[in-house]
Amino acid sequence: MSPRATTALQPASTPPASIRNFCIIAHIDHGKSTLADRMLQITGVVADRDMRAQYLDRMDIERERGITIKSQAVRMPWSRNGETFALNMIDTPGHVDFTYEVSRSLAACEGAILLVDAAQGIEAQTLANLYLALENDLEIIPVLNKIDLPAADPDKYAAELAGLIGGRPEDVLRVSGKTGMGVEELLDRVVERIPSPTGDADAPARAMIFDSVYDTYRGVVTYVRMIDGSLSPRERIQMMSTRAVHELLEIGVSSPEPLPTKGLGVGEVGYLITGVKDVRQSKVGDTVTTAMKPAAEALPGYTDPKPMVFSGLYPIDGADYPDLREALDKLKLSDAALNYEPETSVALGFGFRCGFLGLLHLEIITERLEREFGLDLIATAPSVTYEVTTEDKKTVTVTNPSEFPGGKIQAVSEPVVKVGVLAPKDYVGTIMELCQSRRGTLLGMEYLGEDRVELRYTMPLGEIVFDFFDHLKSRTQGYASLDYEPAGEQEADLVKVDILLQGEQVDAFSAIVHRDKAYAYGVLMTERLKNLIPRQQFEVPIQAAIGARIIARESIRAMRKDVLAKCYGGDITRKRKLLEKQKEGKKRMKMVGKVEVPQEAFIAALSGDTETKKDKK
Amino acid sequence: MGGPLPLADPAPRDGALPVSVANGADERAFGVYVHVPFCTVRCGYCDFNTYTATELRGASRADYASTAVAEMELAARVLEGAGLPERPATTVFFGGGTPTLLPAGDLVRMLEGVRSRFGIAEGAEITTEANPDSVDAEYLGRLAAAGFTRVSFGMQSAVPRVLATLDRTHDPERIPVVVAAAREAGLQVSLDLIYGTPGESIDDWRTSLETAITQRPDHVSAYALIVEQGTRLARRIRSGQLEAPSDDLQADMYELADEMLGRSGYSWYEVSNWAASPGFRSRHNLSYWRGSDWWGIGPGAHSHVGGVRWWNVKHPAAYAALIAEDASPAHGRETLDGSTRLVERVLLETRIADGLAIDALATEGRTAVAGLIADGLVNGEAALRGRIVLSLRGRLLADAVVRRLVA
Repeated sequence: MSPRATTALQPASTPPASIRNFCIIAHIDHGKSTLADRMLQITGVVADRDMRAQYLDRMDIERERGITIKSQAVRMPWSRNGETFALNMIDTPGHVDFTYEVSRSLAACEGAILLVDAAQGIEAQTLANLYLALENDLEIIPVLNKIDLPAADPDKYAAELAGLIGGRPEDVLRVSGKTGMGVEELLDRVVERIPSPTGDADAPARAMIFDSVYDTYRGVVTYVRMIDGSLSPRERIQMMSTRAVHELLEIGVSSPEPLPTKGLGVGEVGYLITGVKDVRQSKVGDTVTTAMKPAAEALPGYTDPKPMVFSGLYPIDGADYPDLREALDKLKLSDAALNYEPETSVALGFGFRCGFLGLLHLEIITERLEREFGLDLIATAPSVTYEVTTEDKKTVTVTNPSEFPGGKIQAVSEPVVKVGVLAPKDYVGTIMELCQSRRGTLLGMEYLGEDRVELRYTMPLGEIVFDFFDHLKSRTQGYASLDYEPAGEQEADLVKVDILLQGEQVDAFSAIVHRDKAYAYGVLMTERLKNLIPRQQFEVPIQAAIGARIIARESIRAMRKDVLAKCYGGDITRKRKLLEKQKEGKKRMKMVGKVEVPQEAFIAALSGDTETKKDKK
Repeated sequence: MGGPLPLADPAPRDGALPVSVANGADERAFGVYVHVPFCTVRCGYCDFNTYTATELRGASRADYASTAVAEMELAARVLEGAGLPERPATTVFFGGGTPTLLPAGDLVRMLEGVRSRFGIAEGAEITTEANPDSVDAEYLGRLAAAGFTRVSFGMQSAVPRVLATLDRTHDPERIPVVVAAAREAGLQVSLDLIYGTPGESIDDWRTSLETAITQRPDHVSAYALIVEQGTRLARRIRSGQLEAPSDDLQADMYELADEMLGRSGYSWYEVSNWAASPGFRSRHNLSYWRGSDWWGIGPGAHSHVGGVRWWNVKHPAAYAALIAEDASPAHGRETLDGSTRLVERVLLETRIADGLAIDALATEGRTAVAGLIADGLVNGEAALRGRIVLSLRGRLLADAVVRRLVA
């Protein structure tokens, strides 16, 4: 076993041959953060006493949910056979919503540790990221984690991993991030197996941005991997996508606290601070060069983040609207993929239409708004982007059902994704049933090992954003895992279904659905609302309609009795206090025409609390 | 008198009232309510302030009449101290609990207490509630001789299965017997009915109504069963043993009651009360709805005098202890301001057939009247004459009407 390196190599003058850049590909909960923490401790970059669990995951939500949202890079010294190396561990987001960020993190590395829970085996998202890593020609080091767990079955999953990436089961390392068992051996393996970076030290500087983080005190911190040339402090740098020039105020490496250096050379990984305040000025995938001697060509692979999923976010208390705006403005500084614009709804009041990379992104943003900014929010049903062509050949981009044009529609196109579902083979039937009911087309099915199957489908994204994942989990007792990636667009027979309460359209419930499912959606929503809206003094029809055509109808029968039977001397005070309470309650009602609807009814109808709550964990 | 006591201000130890209560007292009738907090068994639906022998914890039934009379003394003192004129009681009402669980002599002694401390007006209405199996001809005769004018029997239902669900122990065959005895004694008769009991069908209810009407009572009260939290009935419904009465069925039952009683010559004069003629309306209960003054004697009893409401401690033992110290048994009180009094006036007077003067309403309430007529909740002709009087549908939605009138 190797000892800790006695003297670390100096950044800016580290020969590429002594550098190893790697990342860890793992599923949520498979112990990536714990393993990373153990590496920090074993290499000595974090003193034992400073160790706090999951050092790298700084945000509370990340720590609680055990997932990494924003990646960072840490430089660790390590000795192997008397030679000292600099290991750069680049932390990657583990979730499918952040595929683009993942791909940029991978592009910054020469190798990847494929970390899999020895009790659970590989999951769909890990598989997806493994494909990405192999596409980037990364050297893969397969590792089974949590081998100290009683439920661990390392022989079984070693065979599974060997089958997936080639090689022999005995080459799969076995570690425990928790106890540190096998971690030193893993660091040795990183040095042995992962190629050192190559690049032209004399060429104009080119550094790839793989992460960009907003820090309240320092402004935007940009994480880069030097490909060619070098960068030095006080240099003027240029972003190649925008041609914007910034003064380089500080350059350094994370170890894991920021450590200013004399610069960064070929193959090195570090951070830049320029004083910009918005991550949009320092975009992931962009190439950094110098203003003095700019590179002729940017590095390949840069794209603008494109929102895939849209939802309206509304404060439950309308008075919180300015606070919501302020909170979104703040989050935007650190999240280049978040975008939003004001929107109003009859049912929900003032809010924002927000675009997200995917469902998890939506969930994380909503949760951060609620937790970090103390807001109570309601999110409308997620929607995707549709291109609608009307009969007069106009094309309208629709991210909100309310934008769906009226009148004759010639064509509607919707985004399609490739979906991978990994599950024990016993669930194949039920998963196929679910995917088919969501307009999925089977692409293929493969066995991973003896009892696990990967099913691949193409499916409309709109079918996934609604409650696909909840259904998938509940039908497979939580065993199935899901991954998807964009796969173009397709035309489909899509219609907008409106929900009407006593003839008044309730905008928050309009949805764009396939014609074959319009009726089911109409029935679902009208029934839901019927159960949630209290009876009024008159009958309230609830209708679902496509244009002017009613496709489903329910009605809330008029309330017939609302009177206290007994009201004698001792009842009067109690009765009056009840009346005062009811008057207060009435102020919180939303009026749709003449119908009084409690805000909670809208919220429950949108969240599907009436029937799906019990299925969720 | 159900449920927990309201939250309010503490009451002074001597029970003293502000002199403001004397304003306009000459125009307000004065009544006395006497609460008798005893039952042989507690019925499953009941959350009234009543106690079985085992729940009494040292308070004695035998001493109850004396304790109640002692509160009357305190009452007379307090009323005089606030500068109120001497007003003989125009109504006295003994309720419970089961007043007739006490010997007739005790009720008579308490009525004599009212007479000697406050006086009883010429032609006063003096009622007691009675359980059909706790009275007989002799008992009723003694009450009538002492000045009682009216008895209200807790009949509830004529259907044994329904009575069993309500935990009522009396035999329905007792009803004609005690009604005849009351008539013999010269007492007015009222029958109390409950509808909407779990398991009760509309036909069961029709049977009960027919049986009640056959007795030709002077007055009928019919109450929709209220499932009060904390009762055994509520627990049995929560555990799924019984099905909660549905509002729709209760509405059907109310309409049936109004139709059958109307056909037999009874007119509604309050949401849950019908009388064979205006002279048989319960004057005591009307005094609650018209904002008169009354003093409630006994544990948990509520009182109202000139815009001040208060209520006594609930347990008979705590009550007896305070009375023994010559202290007021009041537990809490509230002094109503002008707007609160208006809200109460609207919610109470809207319930009665004489209705509420539209003049009394605030502007917002007056603007709601046209909509209430259009929705068929308020009688349009009465409104043109300046009064809010509920239609049949309006009676069933009286609380919703009140919310619109006080919005």
